[in-house]
Amino acid sequence: MKFSLQIAILFLALLTSLSACNGKRKTLVELGNEQQILHVGNGDEISSVDPHSTSGMPEYHVILSLYEGLVSKNTKTLAIEPGVAERWEISDDGLIYTFHLRDDAKWSNGDKVVANDFVQTWLRGLMPALANEYASSMFVVKNGQNIYEGKADPKDFGAVALDDRTLQVTLNAPTPYFLQLLDHHSAYPVHIPTIKKFGKIDERGTRWTRPENFVGNGAFVLGEWTPNKYLSVKKSPTYWNAKNVRLNEVRYYPIQKYTTEERMFRSGQLHATYYLPREKLAVYKNAHDPALRSYPNFATYFYRFNVTKKPLDDVRVRKALAYSIDRKRIVEFVTKFGQIPAYTLTPPDENGYVAKAKMPYDVALAKKLLAEAGFPNGVGFPRLTITFNSTDEHQHIAEAVQQMWKDNLGVDIALEATEWKVFLDKEKQLDYQIDRASWIGDYLDPNTFLEMFVTNNGNNRTGFSDPRYDALIAKAALESNQEIRFGYFQEAEKILMDAAPILPFYTYNWNRLITSSVKGWDDNIMDYYPFKNMYLEH
Amino acid sequence: MFIFFLKRILQSIPVLLIVSLVTFVMIRSAPGGPFDQDRNVPPTVIKNLNAHYHLDDPLWKQYLDYMFNLLQGDFGPSFKFQSHTVNDLISAGFPPTLELAFYATLFALVIGLTAGIIASLKPNSLQDYVPMSSAMLGICLPSFVLGPLLLLIFGIWLQWLPVAGWGQIPGDKILPSITLGASYAAYIARISRGGMLEVLSQDYIRTARAKGLSPFRIVFVHALRGGITPVISFLGPAIAGLLAGSFVVETIFQIPGLGRFYVQAAFNRDYTMIMGCTIFFAFLIVSFNLLADIILVWLNPRLRQHVSEGN
Repeated sequence: MKFSLQIAILFLALLTSLSACNGKRKTLVELGNEQQILHVGNGDEISSVDPHSTSGMPEYHVILSLYEGLVSKNTKTLAIEPGVAERWEISDDGLIYTFHLRDDAKWSNGDKVVANDFVQTWLRGLMPALANEYASSMFVVKNGQNIYEGKADPKDFGAVALDDRTLQVTLNAPTPYFLQLLDHHSAYPVHIPTIKKFGKIDERGTRWTRPENFVGNGAFVLGEWTPNKYLSVKKSPTYWNAKNVRLNEVRYYPIQKYTTEERMFRSGQLHATYYLPREKLAVYKNAHDPALRSYPNFATYFYRFNVTKKPLDDVRVRKALAYSIDRKRIVEFVTKFGQIPAYTLTPPDENGYVAKAKMPYDVALAKKLLAEAGFPNGVGFPRLTITFNSTDEHQHIAEAVQQMWKDNLGVDIALEATEWKVFLDKEKQLDYQIDRASWIGDYLDPNTFLEMFVTNNGNNRTGFSDPRYDALIAKAALESNQEIRFGYFQEAEKILMDAAPILPFYTYNWNRLITSSVKGWDDNIMDYYPFKNMYLEH
Repeated sequence: MFIFFLKRILQSIPVLLIVSLVTFVMIRSAPGGPFDQDRNVPPTVIKNLNAHYHLDDPLWKQYLDYMFNLLQGDFGPSFKFQSHTVNDLISAGFPPTLELAFYATLFALVIGLTAGIIASLKPNSLQDYVPMSSAMLGICLPSFVLGPLLLLIFGIWLQWLPVAGWGQIPGDKILPSITLGASYAAYIARISRGGMLEVLSQDYIRTARAKGLSPFRIVFVHALRGGITPVISFLGPAIAGLLAGSFVVETIFQIPGLGRFYVQAAFNRDYTMIMGCTIFFAFLIVSFNLLADIILVWLNPRLRQHVSEGN
C-alpha cells in the first residue's frame, strides 16, 4: 500500500505543478496580437511555393502572400484593383491590354520588378516540361497555345515588354475575364535568375523554393518551413507598399483534422481556422459567437450522370432523378452547414450573372417522366449505383438521395464509397453510373463553370455532348459585350439543365472561426483573403 | 554467440528486400496515380510529369533504379511535396516521432512497471485489483478516444496543457506522450505482474527472504531482473509499434511526425514517399526486434547457454 500512496502523492504533485506553471502563460494568440504575428489554419501541407507547379487552395493562400500579380482584387467587392501595374488601358476591340508597372515594385532581393519578368514568367508557365496544370490559362494570349504545343516561337508570344515599365498583351479574342485571370496565382511573376541558379528553368522541385533561397515580390517573404508543423512568411521590407503592411509574420498551420483545429482555436493557439467541423456549426450559431464567419462560396456540389450508360442515356430518366430531389431538406437536415439549395450549376455570381434556367423539385412530373421512359412507379428500373469518395458528408447525402428516390420514384439505388484516388480513376474512365462531384470557380465568371461541359472537356466526365451548347460557349468567348455574353451563358445553361447530365444540390458555404483581434479579414464568395491588408488589435 | 547475431543480421536483408518489392508491386497496382486530381490535368501534363519522375520507364527498371539509388542513401524526390526530397521529409518527420515514442515508452515503463510490481506484491487483493483494472481500461481505450478525452479535460476545461503542437509551447509534449504510452503502460503492467509473480515464488527469493534481506532489496535487486524479462521481449516490437503506429496521436495533436507523412503519402500515391517510409519503418522494426533479442540473451543465462550450444 505504501507504494501506491507514494505514487498517488507523486501524481498529485505533478498535476499541481502543471496547473501552477501554466495558469498565467500567455496564449499564442495573445502573444501574436502583441507582436503582429498571425496564426492561421491552412488545411493541408502545401506541395510547393512555385506558382507553376501548384494547384490547391492551401498553396494559393501561401502564394498570395509571397507574390503579387499585375492586378489584385478588392476583398469586399472582388473588383479588380492595381497590383504591380498601377494602371492599364484596354483597346476598343478588347484585344490589347497595356499595363504600366509601378516604379517602386521590387523583388525581395532588391531587384526591380520589370515588364520582362512577366513575359519570361508566363513563357515559363508555357514550357511543357514543367507540366504546369494551369498552362492553359495563358492560351488566351496570342500564340500562348501554339508555343505550348511547339508550333510557335516564344519570340512571337502576345505578351511583350515595350520597356521596363510597360507591358503589352495581345489576346486571341476579347476575354472579359482576362484581368481576373491575371490575379490567378499561375500569372504571378517568378524571379527567373533565382530559378536558374538552382536548376533548369523548366524543372520542378528544385531548391529555389526553399526559404534560404526564395525570392518573391509579395508583401511577405518565406520564413521558416517545417513540413506538417507550420510555414511562416515574414514581412518583406522591399515590398512597394511595405509601410502599409502591419503584420510582421503569418504562420500557416497544415491542420487536416478540423476538430484539432477547432480545439486549437478555443485554447488560443490560432487566430483563424481554415474550416469548422460540421457538427460544431450549430454550437457556435446557437451561442451567437461573433467568432463564427459563415458565407457562401463560389462552388457547387452536384452529382454526375454517366449519359453513356443505360438507362441514364435517356434524358427522361435523368430528369426524373433530378426533379425528385428535395434539396432544401438535404441542406436543412442532412448537411446542416448553411449551404444554399442549388437548382442550377453556376452559383449566384457577384459580377452579376444569375442563372435563369432552374431544375424544378416536382415529384409528380418526375414520376410521369419515369413512366414515359418505361419505368412506371420504378418497376423494372435497374439497380444503379452512386459512387462517392468515402467521407461522412458524402455518405449522408447519398443515403438521403437513396431514400428520396425510393420514396418518390420507387427505384432502388446502391451506394459505393471508395478511396479518393480510386474514385478519381473510376470517374475519369467513365466507370460509374452516378457519382458525386464539386466544382470551385477559378475566377468570377460563369465561364469557369459552364466551360466544363463542352464536348470532350477533361472535366466533363459525363459523356454529355451538345453542339449547340459548345457553340454558345465558343461564341461567349469571342464576345466583349458582357450583356450579350451573359445571354449566351443563359442559353447554354438552359440547354445543360434541360439535358440534365448533372444534378446540382447546393452552393457551398464556408464556415470558419476568426478571433475579434483580427482586423481587415473580409468575407467574400471567392474566399480571397490576402494578409497584406490585415492587422491584429490588442 | 557472434555467429548467432551475424546470422540474425543477415536474415534481415532478404526481409527488407521482400518488403521493398511487395510494397513496390502493391502501390503500383493500386488504382489512381500520384498526379490524379479532382480537376482535369491535361494528358500532356501527365505525360511530362511521368517523364520527369521516370514513371514511363518499364516497372522492373524503375524498381532497380530505385533500389540502386537507395543503396546510395537516396530515397528520391517526393511527388507531392516537390520542394522536399523523401530524405528531407524523413529527417524532418522522424525526430518528432522518435521523441514521442521515447517519452511514451518512458511513461509506459514507469507507470506500467510500478503498477505491475505493486500488483504482484499482494496478488488477489485490492492492491492487485485496482492497478490491474486500470490496466485493462488502458488496453481497451484506443488512443483516438483517450487523446480527445485528455485534451478536453487538461487542455480545454482546466487549460493546464496546450491542445496541439510539438515543441512550440511548453508542455505540449505531455498529453501526446501519455496518450500514446497509456495502452503500452497497461500491457507492461500486466506482463510485469505475471513475470514478477512467477519470480517471487522461486526458491531463491524464499532464500533471500529467509536471510532477512529488506523487501526493497528483494523486489528491486533480486526479483526485478527476472521479473522484467517478458517486458523486455515485449519492448522490442512495442517500440517499433510505437514508432510506426503513432499516426493517430500525431494527427490528434498536430505533431509533424513521420506517421502523418506516411499516411498522407498513401492517400496521395506519393510512390517514393510510401517506399521510403515503408523501408525505413521495416528497417526500424527489424532492428528493434534484433536489439530485443540481444538484450534478452544478455539478461537470461539460460538463453545465453542455449545460443552458445546452438552455435
